[in-house]
Amino acid sequence: MILGDAIRAEIDELATRYPERRGALLPALHLVEREHGHISPDATRELADLFGLRPNEVLAVVSFYEMFGTEPRGRHRAGVCTNLPCSLRGARTLLAQLELHLGVRAGETTDDGRLTLGREECLGACAAAPMMRVDEVDHEHLDFEKASAILDGLE
Amino acid sequence: MTLSIPNTTGYLTEHCGDDAFATLKGYTARGGYSAARKALRSKPAELLELVERSGLQSRGGMGLPTGAKWRCMPSERDGPSYLVCNAGESEPGSFKDRLLLERAPHKLIEGILIAAKATGAEKTFLYIRGEYFRAARAMERAIEEARSAGYLGKGRLRRRFAHDIVITRGAGAYICSEETALLESLEGKRGEPRNRLPLPGGLHAFGRPTTVNDVETLCHLPHIVEHGVDWFRSFGTEQSPGTTLFGVSGHVVQPGLYELPLGTPLDEIVFEYARGIPHGRRVKGVIPGGLSMAILPAGQLNVPMANESLRERKAMLGAGGLIVMDETTCMVRVACIISGFFRHESCGRCTQCREGAGWLHKLVQRLERGTGTRKDIAILEDVARKMEGQAICGFADSAAWSIQGLLRHFRDDFDAHVRQRQCPFAGSFEL
Ligand SMILES: Cc1cc2nc3c(=O)[nH]c(=O)nc-3n(C[C@H](O)[C@H](O)[C@H](O)COP(=O)(O)O)c2cc1C
Ligand code: SF4
Ligand code: FES
Repeated sequence: MILGDAIRAEIDELATRYPERRGALLPALHLVEREHGHISPDATRELADLFGLRPNEVLAVVSFYEMFGTEPRGRHRAGVCTNLPCSLRGARTLLAQLELHLGVRAGETTDDGRLTLGREECLGACAAAPMMRVDEVDHEHLDFEKASAILDGLE
Repeated sequence: MTLSIPNTTGYLTEHCGDDAFATLKGYTARGGYSAARKALRSKPAELLELVERSGLQSRGGMGLPTGAKWRCMPSERDGPSYLVCNAGESEPGSFKDRLLLERAPHKLIEGILIAAKATGAEKTFLYIRGEYFRAARAMERAIEEARSAGYLGKGRLRRRFAHDIVITRGAGAYICSEETALLESLEGKRGEPRNRLPLPGGLHAFGRPTTVNDVETLCHLPHIVEHGVDWFRSFGTEQSPGTTLFGVSGHVVQPGLYELPLGTPLDEIVFEYARGIPHGRRVKGVIPGGLSMAILPAGQLNVPMANESLRERKAMLGAGGLIVMDETTCMVRVACIISGFFRHESCGRCTQCREGAGWLHKLVQRLERGTGTRKDIAILEDVARKMEGQAICGFADSAAWSIQGLLRHFRDDFDAHVRQRQCPFAGSFEL
């Protein structure tokens, strides 16, 4: 079993908040994603059991959402917003500089497994463009110096 | 660093710059929850009538009258019904709900209590987009506080009206801010919009009658209940009363969030409040409502920011996000980003949306690189036309209208790319 007792108990508690158990599926996927960094085939099967679904049904949900992944990624995830308001203020130039600096393209992970670099659609911080999200935190009013220092400082 | 303080305030964002306002103590010290207490003593029909007379238009993008939406709830019910608060805010250029969630969480709870009482909902599902971590934490804290004070759950208001709020976090899909896709997602499914009206009597979550309202819409309610219809109608226009939160981004000296009455002229927001275009440049165009709304060219910026005026120019208020572009901007690059967004975010259910968005992006990319032809522009127009009015949800229309708007007002930019076989705007932002 890959899902521990604590997470199973938490999922059971979440399920009581919804009129149908399945309402807790997205919250459960967030829990697994946070603990394991991705939703593995084993986790998918066990979640399917917990929700009375087929693994394929769980997979169909996982694959729909950008924040869930079926493959392991870097220990940290950084995404530069490249939507229009941020691009008007240099976001795409910044992303290109960061790609060069880290030696990876957007969507790739550094060789040491430390960081996955990516792009984001608008994250609701357009007035502080350019910006990026690193794990759960937004960094705003960026330039290359600031952004690279933040990424270099990640464990 | 946080984007937390509005640049101009009105009743919605007053005190939002103050950290204490996000706490129960700070909120009640500034008069908070008195409207909820008043509302919970009122009859649902009275509240409904009040909101109907206030003329409050929904702030989630459609601009429909909130009172009329509430009336869609069936009057006879044989079980529970729900309120869903749409905090899926994903419209590029729009960031108003985020400020309210982070800085005025108790105001939203108060608005939820009022709407729930008016519509007879026994529970609220608050659907927050997954990337809004800080907003979700702020709401969790506030809900916990409101429970211990008895405003939610079992407690002091329970005899009159027991209500609770459940937070569900989205997981990164623009389309889940469309209400039927949101409901699917809430039920633990893929966030694909539903076919219109599968069940009689409006929307359903978990098969039960449900009202969906935007965060900002709900935040107006405590003020309407507290101060009344005449007060509310003293802001804004006859058809669009109240203030709203305008997000201003792009090429302006002072980007930010501005609370202003509906009907404030667009050019006043850009040139006075946001202090105009930097580097002494001129404006080229402004998208008034968020990325998926049609653009307005420099000559049409004297329009009042209210749906009745914007509609005459084929634009919409949308979620109130103003994206400002200066004269260096290449509108084909803008089209490239917009079509790329639509291609990326189409849920794929409808062929014309899935295929159309892909086509739009391919054609615009070709034009941007200078390898496009006149015929490509004609095909672009044709593809956009075929995406209109056919699809399950409004997303395909938005994709079509935003590209059509760019072609209508900035055709020269597209033609110049074909003539010169390259992008003629050397100083434009980079792709
Ligand atoms: C493509 C699309 C995107 C939408 N995005 C949002 C959004 O980000 N926030 C929102 O509240 N409503 C959004 N809406 C409107 C919702 O479907 C719904 O009408 C709204 O949440 C209802 O709340 P209101 O009546 O208070 O506006 C969107 C609609 C469409 C078609
Ligand atoms: S119009 Fe596009 S986004 Fe909307 S349901 Fe159809 S495919 Fe999905
Ligand atoms: S466009 Fe980047 S945060 Fe909105």
